Amino acid sequence: MSDTPSATAELKLPKDLAAEKGMVNVQIDGVWRQFTKGTRIIEACRSVGSIVPHYCYHPKLTAPGNCRMCLVQTGMPPRPAPGQEPQRDENGYEPIGWMPRPVIACANTVAENMGIRTSGELVEKCREGVMEFLLINHPLDCPICDQAGECRLQEHSVGHGRGVSRFIDMKVKKPKNVDIGPRIRLDDERCIMCSRCIRFMDEVAGDPVLGFTQRGTHTTLTVHPGRLLDSNYSLNTADICPVGALTSNDFRFQMRVWFLKETPSIDVNCGTGTNITIWTRGNKIHRITPRQNDEVNSCWMPDSHRLNFHYIDGENRLSQPLAKNASGLHEPTTWSAALASAASAIKSFAPDQIAVIASGRMTNEELFLTRALAKNIGTQHLTIVPRTGEADHLLIAADRNPNTTGAKLVWENSAPSSKLDSIRSAVGSGDIKALIVLGEDLVTDAGFSSEDLSKLGLLVQLHTLANPTASRAHFVLPTAAFAEKRGSMVNLSGRLQRLNRAVEPTGQCRDDWEAIRDLICAITGDKHEIHHIEDVFKSIAENIPAFQNLTLSKIGHQGTQITETGHKITLLENERARKAAGLVNG
Amino acid sequence: MAVVKLQRPQLKLGEKIYFGALVKGFILTLGHAIRSLRGKSVGAKDLESSGLGVTMQFPEQRWDSHLPDYYRGAPALVTDEQGRERCVSCQLCEFICPPKAIRITPGEIPSDDPWAKVEKRPKEFEIDMIRCIYCGMCEEVCPEQAIYLRKDYLITGLKRADMLHDKKKLYEIGGVRTGLVNKWNELK
Repeated sequence: MSDTPSATAELKLPKDLAAEKGMVNVQIDGVWRQFTKGTRIIEACRSVGSIVPHYCYHPKLTAPGNCRMCLVQTGMPPRPAPGQEPQRDENGYEPIGWMPRPVIACANTVAENMGIRTSGELVEKCREGVMEFLLINHPLDCPICDQAGECRLQEHSVGHGRGVSRFIDMKVKKPKNVDIGPRIRLDDERCIMCSRCIRFMDEVAGDPVLGFTQRGTHTTLTVHPGRLLDSNYSLNTADICPVGALTSNDFRFQMRVWFLKETPSIDVNCGTGTNITIWTRGNKIHRITPRQNDEVNSCWMPDSHRLNFHYIDGENRLSQPLAKNASGLHEPTTWSAALASAASAIKSFAPDQIAVIASGRMTNEELFLTRALAKNIGTQHLTIVPRTGEADHLLIAADRNPNTTGAKLVWENSAPSSKLDSIRSAVGSGDIKALIVLGEDLVTDAGFSSEDLSKLGLLVQLHTLANPTASRAHFVLPTAAFAEKRGSMVNLSGRLQRLNRAVEPTGQCRDDWEAIRDLICAITGDKHEIHHIEDVFKSIAENIPAFQNLTLSKIGHQGTQITETGHKITLLENERARKAAGLVNG
Repeated sequence: MAVVKLQRPQLKLGEKIYFGALVKGFILTLGHAIRSLRGKSVGAKDLESSGLGVTMQFPEQRWDSHLPDYYRGAPALVTDEQGRERCVSCQLCEFICPPKAIRITPGEIPSDDPWAKVEKRPKEFEIDMIRCIYCGMCEEVCPEQAIYLRKDYLITGLKRADMLHDKKKLYEIGGVRTGLVNKWNELK
């Protein structure tokens, strides 16, 4: 570097300045900008706010460039004659020689001194032509199509279409309403042959069952003979389908999407903590879709987790506090009465005879209050119930508790589920006579036998659903399901993420943290001073080092990394490998 | 904005005491009253007067035959010549309805139905006639020519539930409508 920077700057051309940073100068719609070498044109345009319409391109998938919707006009400086110095304007850029032929933005990369036009007569004409071709054989059955309202074909038809059809021949007939898998329905007439689903099943799900048969206008999307689209990731194909060719059987004809309200939240079915959007109308959840988070789940989520929400308004849902009467039958009661009698029953036992069994499905706030509950009672018997399954080597983790890491952090205990076995044997031997069970079903998930539970002098359960443990409980307190409450959880890789309330709790259900707070107050006889969930989080932030300086709102929709556990999410590893190999943009 | 100053008109003495105007008005009214009693009011014949002025005695007399074609009465669902229910429950009317009077529960047409090709129809279709403001937006927005505002205007009930038109009632009011675009036939 010289001491006189102005002198050297005059010598340095924009292309050299950019090259030092591994970047190139590109003019997009008349404005010169710098992009990293190798950026696709479509991503470059997107990053500066000029959205290029497209169907087949998806940042997480390879770009075959087969929909032709993303045509843009480009230009490069004309090649100088031998011995001729290239012309430059006052800023050091060479003049752009615009090419008369458009190129696709999704599969081409930016180059030095390139010019890109995302509008203009040529580009508009191309888009109009592509739209007309795509609509030739489209059935235009928007009134019955589930995709209507979030359909790219509808959107681009409004933006770039002609409005009327010039096509007078018969449309090509293709299979409709095809059952290609247990969760997906295919309508081939609506398909625009973008091949996103084919590429997803091949590249991300690793189960290449979809493909095209026939040629030309007769090209048909089909599933391999003898196979079904039954992968646990099949519903992602319906998400990425830009039209209504692939639709979800579960959401089929349930509700038009324009009525639905979106709430960002997280999935609670395993330790990955997949980011989700909950789609609701009124107090009913209609569907759940993945939300992009490149540190957790990319753009995808497994079907088994996505469809696990129907229990929230199902038949087994508890909706009012229950207390067992003298003849052993559950009777509806009020919250205050149930809490008061539960508290007095708890106080009739020695602290050592009481155990608190919490759940790894509880939020950090609830776990924090649970620890306070155990402390107030004076018992050391505090545990969560471990829940393991098989990892699927993509997104589903072996640990099916969404907040095991949170339990470790909030309880400051590296093995929060270690005491379960000792509690179980102590219940069997009669040393523990009272159990407070929060959000767990001991019979089904924790290996307790019904005889064990019938020996207990007191069983208090907080749960969302009626279950075998609840039927033996003396007090059953209904609580909110994951979509009905706010809170935070820490996933297996140490990312603190937020749950948001999408619907109001059913009936008299209460937020778990409120129920635990009220139980503590009923036991101690104090008046509570915690009014909001933010207050609970504030005390966590004050007491637990990992949560320092955080608030619920600071976590953000994409979560905050608060600890490093070394846990790797296989799907993300695969995606990063594909990105490093230059196959996808990411 | 320019300010324009207006000059009040200069009134003459007769105008100032306005008694003459009162008398004039009284005579005019009296003339109408006499004509009304004699059954000779202007337009009495065209408006099917009951004999006193131009007033029609509702409910003994009805103006049904005078309703114009564009009259907006109760919204109703129609079937076509082939007996197919036109509505495919796209829920656009539910979306557009300003007072949120419409509530549709969509449903699937079973595969053994002759119209299985259409795939979708309303499982339940409710219009709350207490809420309905007869604006006709539902008719205008319908892409299937399925909902029309009919000439029924006497929508009464003793309970709120009576005022809730369900699917059966709506098809009863709507009846069959001919000459509509047949977009779900085999040729498309």
